[in-house]
Amino acid sequence: MTTAGTWWGDRSVLERRLAIGAAAVVIGWLLLVAFSSFDLSAVYVGLVFLALYVPAWNRLPIRVRGIRMGRLVVPLALIALALTYPFYWDRMFQVPIFGPFPEVGTGVYMLVFIMMAIGLNIVVGYAGLLDLGYVAFYAMGAYTVAWFASVQFAKHNLHFWAVGVGSGVPGFHISVWLLLLLAGLLTAVTGVIIGLPTLRLRGDYLAIVTLGFGEILPQIARNGDNLFGSGFNLTNGPNGITPIDSPGFGGVNYLTGYNSFFTSDRLFYWTALLLVLLTAFCSWRLRDSRLGRAWIAIREDETAAAAMGVPLMRTKTWAYATGAFFGGVAGAFYASFKSATFPGDFFFNISVFILCMVILGGMGNILGVVLGASFLAYLDREGLANIGGWLNTHFGPGGSTVGIWSTPIDVPKYEFGIFGIILLVVMLFRPEGLIPSSRRAAEFHEGVADQPLYDVTH
Amino acid sequence: MATAARRQPITIPQKLPVLPIVGLVLVGALVAWLGVNLVKTPYDFLEILLIGVTLGAVYALVALGYTLVYGILELINFAHGDVFMLGAMMAATLTVQVFNLQDNESATKWIPVVLLALVIGMLFCGTLNATIEFIAYRPLRGAPRLAPLITAIGMSFILQNIGLAWKGSNYVPIPNILPRGNVFHVGTADYQWNKLIVLLVTAPVLVGLVYLVQQTRQGKAMRATAQDKDAAAMMGINVNRTISFTFLIAGALAGVAGLLYALYVTNVRYDQGFQLGLLAFTSAVLGGIGNLPGAVLGALCIGLIQAFNEGLSWHAPGSDWTQSIVFSILILILVFRPEGLLGERTPEGG
Repeated sequence: MTTAGTWWGDRSVLERRLAIGAAAVVIGWLLLVAFSSFDLSAVYVGLVFLALYVPAWNRLPIRVRGIRMGRLVVPLALIALALTYPFYWDRMFQVPIFGPFPEVGTGVYMLVFIMMAIGLNIVVGYAGLLDLGYVAFYAMGAYTVAWFASVQFAKHNLHFWAVGVGSGVPGFHISVWLLLLLAGLLTAVTGVIIGLPTLRLRGDYLAIVTLGFGEILPQIARNGDNLFGSGFNLTNGPNGITPIDSPGFGGVNYLTGYNSFFTSDRLFYWTALLLVLLTAFCSWRLRDSRLGRAWIAIREDETAAAAMGVPLMRTKTWAYATGAFFGGVAGAFYASFKSATFPGDFFFNISVFILCMVILGGMGNILGVVLGASFLAYLDREGLANIGGWLNTHFGPGGSTVGIWSTPIDVPKYEFGIFGIILLVVMLFRPEGLIPSSRRAAEFHEGVADQPLYDVTH
Repeated sequence: MATAARRQPITIPQKLPVLPIVGLVLVGALVAWLGVNLVKTPYDFLEILLIGVTLGAVYALVALGYTLVYGILELINFAHGDVFMLGAMMAATLTVQVFNLQDNESATKWIPVVLLALVIGMLFCGTLNATIEFIAYRPLRGAPRLAPLITAIGMSFILQNIGLAWKGSNYVPIPNILPRGNVFHVGTADYQWNKLIVLLVTAPVLVGLVYLVQQTRQGKAMRATAQDKDAAAMMGINVNRTISFTFLIAGALAGVAGLLYALYVTNVRYDQGFQLGLLAFTSAVLGGIGNLPGAVLGALCIGLIQAFNEGLSWHAPGSDWTQSIVFSILILILVFRPEGLLGERTPEGG
């Protein structure tokens, strides 16, 4: 921006940021006063925001082994804030319209979906392959942990490092930690099996095939209590598999918690946070790796990438397998957290839900995807109900502001309509998402090489 | 390819043709299964066949909508199934709430009402589909191909929620307005009037569509736009208007299908459009997407497959597996024969 010469352009970066930050904080406080009640916690939030935003931390001239320490300040501070979230969430102010801050259980849910969104982002954001059946990987992970850590196969009796399961309990009971890895690997294999025949298709045909797999796998889960009339109960049909063992180590069982400090929710929350950090780290490093650059090359122009010697099938299959791996781990962790898995959890809607997170946040950008995923997962769990409550008390029957409608509106019922509107509006007006990667934004605005419909030669 | 003339002929190493063999084995198994069923219960087989043809006729109308739009824009219009669903809801509203038709209505009453509902439904769905194109697809003409696909999914969810808000989350029941007397009766197999009426409405619509695409100026413009938008524009064709017109026609077909579905199946729910849309899309791909006769052929196949799967008694997987079977067919077709049964890769089958 070349605004030099004007008053604003002559200010230093620090002064400009101070002005913008202070304005944002004051507007936030004013909104809070107008629509909700002001609370001391709002002051802290404002101060933390100013402390992180105003100084140009990434220009801090301290280097350790060539790594600029300043770049780590903001991410580390955000991680610290996330780590300590269980201690302050219930003392926070009421956000206007949205109501209280999400509770820790919702936090676990959000983190699980962040993980899935990061996984899908590898497929959609990096490699540019539209996957409408991501829910199949989620289901695969959830059922893996359900098979090997529950009483589902009661004829067998195998215990291996399981925590909180009596030795007489029938069925497979393998440590959930091992199962997370196993679920990831099995799901990655599923991804490869799905991918090998289909990845040669381009664009929308691939999308519809993945959609097909996303419908077939849950249908197998739904009808799997008596597979082909053989009487073999694989998935327990629509009743789902429950209960599923919880993770733990030694005397610490996640289901019951350890003591009043390490409660069940907090243990799950911190573990999920750790998994998300690992996922984000892997995703970030992968993007800059040889493989990641190959993904981006394929996304931008498949023909050119192939001409430069990028092996298309292998690279795409790796994208699929990696995305599937994270989806599987997230699904397994979530099934263990919920202690249940039902075929009804794996509808096409969920695939679109996760896709919506990636698109809203910004395809290809990890920070954007994390923000998009946490916001939408929060809306799904608490946000929409809170907003609906606020709307109904203010504008509903006998509303405190004006009564516009006479019967209360069930806002969460229209959740997917709202997500549909989000998809539509984002694609029409800001296709690169809220926090885009600059490269992806350029593609959307300048266009990419035209993709032929299908390609059966590779 | 300037060097093509000098190039030596390449000898391709002969491999065992595994895929055709697997395909033949699968088709053979299917034929054998049908044959056994035919011998065991011939009259049931006939009755189920006729059900399949009826279902196929409804699917054909929806599949034609997919194939017309795909032919011209190369876009899978995910929202199309939901346009069909809203058409069925419109038909339910008109016949039940506005004109208050009951079970076994007299012919002098239901025929004019159904014809009126047909016209209104076609106008409603056609306008709706053209509006969707205007809002969600037209602004994205130059964008990457995935962008309009994503807005199509968004639009599909929005329409589903409109249906949900309009009629609630339960099945909307519709009385048996069409007569259910037998047209003919062979052994234990019956063929009722309501099935015949579905065909009697579908056939002229298909003929009209073929006439429109093949014989009229507007149809010529559609075919030209499908082949090359730039060249069509240079020939003086208003490309955007032609695309809107195609969406209008596709929507009108969905409106016919919605009415027939509402009257034949006699219930409709907000999420049925999406499911049926996927079946219809599979039909379009099976026949060769962009190919009009192909869409009808594919829809008949899918209708028969669904009816046989759900109706036959000897070793049929049953309705629990219909979707899996249809999607497996879709995947197999896309992977091994993406040009579909009729083998035509050019859009807007000529």
